[in-house]
Amino acid sequence: MIESPERPVAASEDVLRVDDLRAYFIVGSYGVSREVRAVDGATLRVRRGEVYGLAGESGSGKTTLVKTLAGAVRPPLQVVGGSVRYEFGGREVDIYDPATDLSRLRWRHLSYIMQGSMSVLNPVRKVRHSFYDFAFPHMDLGRAAFWRAVEDHLRKLQLDPAILDSYPHQLSGGMRQRTTIALATVCHPEFIIADEPTTALDVIVQRDVLKMIKEVQRQQGSSIVFVTHDMSVHATIADRIGIVYAGRLVEEAPAEQLFEDPKHPYTVHLIGSLPRIGDDRPRESLTGRPPNLADPPPGCRFHPRCPLAIDKCKRETPPLEGPHGGSRVACWRAGEARIG
Amino acid sequence: MFKVIRDLLRYNREFLAGFTLTALVLVFAALHFWTPYPGYNLYLLPPDMPPSSEYWFGTTSRGQDVVWQLSEAVWNTMSFGLTVTILSRVIAISVGMVSGYLGGRTDRVLMSINDTFIALPNIPILLLVYFVLREQMTWPLLAVCAALLGWTYDSRLIRSVSLSLRTREFTRHGVFSGMSTWRILWKEHLPYVLPIIFFTAMNNLIWAISLEVTLSVLGFTDINRPTIGGMIYWANQHQAIISGIWWWIAFPILSIVILFLGLFMLAMSVNEYVDPRSRLDRMGGAA
Amino acid sequence: MNTLTAYILRRLGQFVFVIFTGVTLAFLITNLSPVDPVEQSLTQLTSFGASDPRAVELMRESLAELYGLQGNLFEQYVNFWGRVLRADFGPSLSAFPTPVITLIANAAPWTIGLLVTSILITFVLGNLIGALAGYFRRSRFLKVLGMVIMTINPIPHYFIGLILLIFLGFVFPIFPISGGAQMNRPSGFDLGYVLSVLYHGFLPALSLVLAGLGGWFIGMRSLVSNVVTDDHVLYAELAGVKGRKIFSQYVARNAMLPQMTGLAMQLGQIFGGTVIVEFLFNYPGMGRLLIQGIYRGDYSLVLGVTTISIFAVAFAVLLIDILYPLIDPRVKLG
Ligand SMILES: Nc1ncnc2c1ncn2[C@@H]1O[C@H](COP(=O)(O)OP(=O)(O)OP(=O)(O)O)[C@@H](O)[C@H]1O
Ligand code: SF4
Ligand SMILES: [Mg+2]
Repeated sequence: MIESPERPVAASEDVLRVDDLRAYFIVGSYGVSREVRAVDGATLRVRRGEVYGLAGESGSGKTTLVKTLAGAVRPPLQVVGGSVRYEFGGREVDIYDPATDLSRLRWRHLSYIMQGSMSVLNPVRKVRHSFYDFAFPHMDLGRAAFWRAVEDHLRKLQLDPAILDSYPHQLSGGMRQRTTIALATVCHPEFIIADEPTTALDVIVQRDVLKMIKEVQRQQGSSIVFVTHDMSVHATIADRIGIVYAGRLVEEAPAEQLFEDPKHPYTVHLIGSLPRIGDDRPRESLTGRPPNLADPPPGCRFHPRCPLAIDKCKRETPPLEGPHGGSRVACWRAGEARIG
Repeated sequence: MFKVIRDLLRYNREFLAGFTLTALVLVFAALHFWTPYPGYNLYLLPPDMPPSSEYWFGTTSRGQDVVWQLSEAVWNTMSFGLTVTILSRVIAISVGMVSGYLGGRTDRVLMSINDTFIALPNIPILLLVYFVLREQMTWPLLAVCAALLGWTYDSRLIRSVSLSLRTREFTRHGVFSGMSTWRILWKEHLPYVLPIIFFTAMNNLIWAISLEVTLSVLGFTDINRPTIGGMIYWANQHQAIISGIWWWIAFPILSIVILFLGLFMLAMSVNEYVDPRSRLDRMGGAA
Repeated sequence: MNTLTAYILRRLGQFVFVIFTGVTLAFLITNLSPVDPVEQSLTQLTSFGASDPRAVELMRESLAELYGLQGNLFEQYVNFWGRVLRADFGPSLSAFPTPVITLIANAAPWTIGLLVTSILITFVLGNLIGALAGYFRRSRFLKVLGMVIMTINPIPHYFIGLILLIFLGFVFPIFPISGGAQMNRPSGFDLGYVLSVLYHGFLPALSLVLAGLGGWFIGMRSLVSNVVTDDHVLYAELAGVKGRKIFSQYVARNAMLPQMTGLAMQLGQIFGGTVIVEFLFNYPGMGRLLIQGIYRGDYSLVLGVTTISIFAVAFAVLLIDILYPLIDPRVKLG
């Protein structure tokens, strides 16, 4: 196994255990009902202090997966099977156990930075109110101490506490994104889920935001699930990476290994299409479209687009198996594809 | 289009109810073609007869059969409403779509005109028109005046839909492939705007009819042409409430309430059908 | 120039434009019509008694001057503006020689009182119930209440008033059916007078409230059911913010803003409703004045009330527009 040498503590202790999780959009209207199987049997572990990256093309179900991890499930999305269990302070909590009071875990233990989180701040109230409403109930502090803690936190993240008295629309996109990250991390949660926090920002601002997330992680030692479709962002931040294709996890490996030696043909394609210095050969693009999740192809969902597909792929679903030298892969011909 | 209506009828109870009520009133109105009484039928029948098997809705103090009187009145009132709606749709759609599609200066100028008309109180202005024209105020003329005042809300709504379509993929494709503005509006945008137009048309119809009813109740239209409001005008002239001829007033009011309820339900259910968010909500409700 | 100033200037410009259009329209309607107001007024006057042809001729000249009908169309237009700006619409024919503006000034407080009260009640109540219905989608009670409100909604003002009049004025004579206050009672700010005004205003106000409630209800309900799916609401829910607070500070507050703009757009329409209700309940406001003016062929009165109501509505719209930035920070600080 390849572990980042800086973080020996991030050993094998799991904070999050997800088993065979399935979450569907169940949609019925005017006599037509369909199921969009956006998360179809995910099993994964996230370790303490680790940054777990989730990658995959648009519509592959990354957001749906992390929503289910965050317990942010609203109709028409439904969790139809599997479990999501966290271990906070030595106690295990199953978030889909009806007895679990999620709101007590939020902010203090579990924070979620939604996709498009620019719009999570109420547009007609000052930022200060969001901090107060969201974080105050979760911190056992008096008001004065609370505001001192908030301002300290902002300063640590190189944000001017004056933003508290602005309205969201007065902040630039990057500022707003950093404000929401600050808001999500003010209680020093052990587990942070960040869905595309850098998308839609320009490269410079993107770097600031990434720096900020790393800073939070360094100061607080939290575990982070980090979603982005941008592999180069993963390269700079993730310890391990899971690749999602059409609602399924198809490969998972430590970051370096994934970039060096991808095993799944889809991952090979993703890595292969990254620009490389000194190599300007045209990149091959995949033929076909990503499958419709309301009616996915049988067997391996990648088979209609896979250059290595064989007959078996059309009939039988490959399980996510490992280890293949530290990674898990769902492919009948794992390791046969080559970049290039 | 046909399929949409069939789906709505089958799966949307509100639409079905609205459709039934409206159809009921329309059929009733169409019956006047078979009226047994010629013309305006003044003093043909014994006056003030309460509803009975012979005179279903009773007779008026002017010796008219309320059923047949009302049937023609509903027809006339409907025709007025539809005329206004069609005319004002022409204005609302043109202004709304052009404003939304072209944006910029044109949009600002058109919307400023639009807002000006919104801020003008319709009733006093229409009353002023009636006042100076008096007997020359025929119903088609009134319809034109009402249409000139009644397009403003809807053009704003249509504009906002059109504005959001402007940035869509197919618009850009259309522009690149050299389609003319009119063709893009007609071919690509109109289908999206159509449900909104239907929604606004139903609301506008309600507005126009209630305008006509209001003016004719006051006697400010051609009072010798049977209309729903006109019937109540004559009932008031004959002190129907005080003398207890309730059927002269109750049935016209009932017909209007049923018609409006029907149109209103049609409008609301179509609005819900096209609004993706409320569609989502409905799914949530079913889950 | 900062955004707020620019915004206010734009609203002022719109105000001027509305006034200009409205007054021009009133002028054109009266001047391009085939009816000669002077002749019409003379017929009215002679029917009241005067018949000496010399007196009629004198009268004709003074009326022509009063109505500003001398000179060519453009001069007339300029004169018309002069009179509008001086609020001088000449004497009323039906209440000769009381100036029209005096009649309007006496009627205006009644209309303003009735309108402000009923708009406030309608707006607050309609939006509150609408917001609750949009937020608590599953509540049986709110569903039924909503159905009742929506059933009443499309019924024209006149009918709602008439039904109330019949039931609460005739069948169960609980409320007075006519007038603004008890007859022969000296007006003043004593309790009895105020109570009497409230008592007389009840049915007219109730008619306006019932007729107007549905519009706000429907609008607010659909705004709220859109806002609740917004990210900032979902996020607040995830954070475990109390339901009551989410409702008031994250949902209703946001949905209120478009409704305020809606109020500005509805004022013209609402005024029209008042005209009808006032007439029905014989309420001594501008609406009744207008309709009586028409029945009596009082040219200056009709023109005066129409013009003043164009001004009044435009002014109220301007007022709302200018107050709007106070509640929507996005305009104020842009
Ligand atoms: N409310 C919904 N109703 C039905 N289907 C939905 C809904 N929301 C998302 N989906 C479907 O679920 C699938 C997964 O969507 P999801 O948003 O999780 O993808 P994603 O990987 O996060 O994509 P992106 O990179 O665009 O954020 C998509 O096919 C989408 O069409
Ligand atoms: S299982 Fe078959 S189709 Fe799927 S990725 Fe592997 S080789 Fe391709
Ligand atoms: Mg996503």
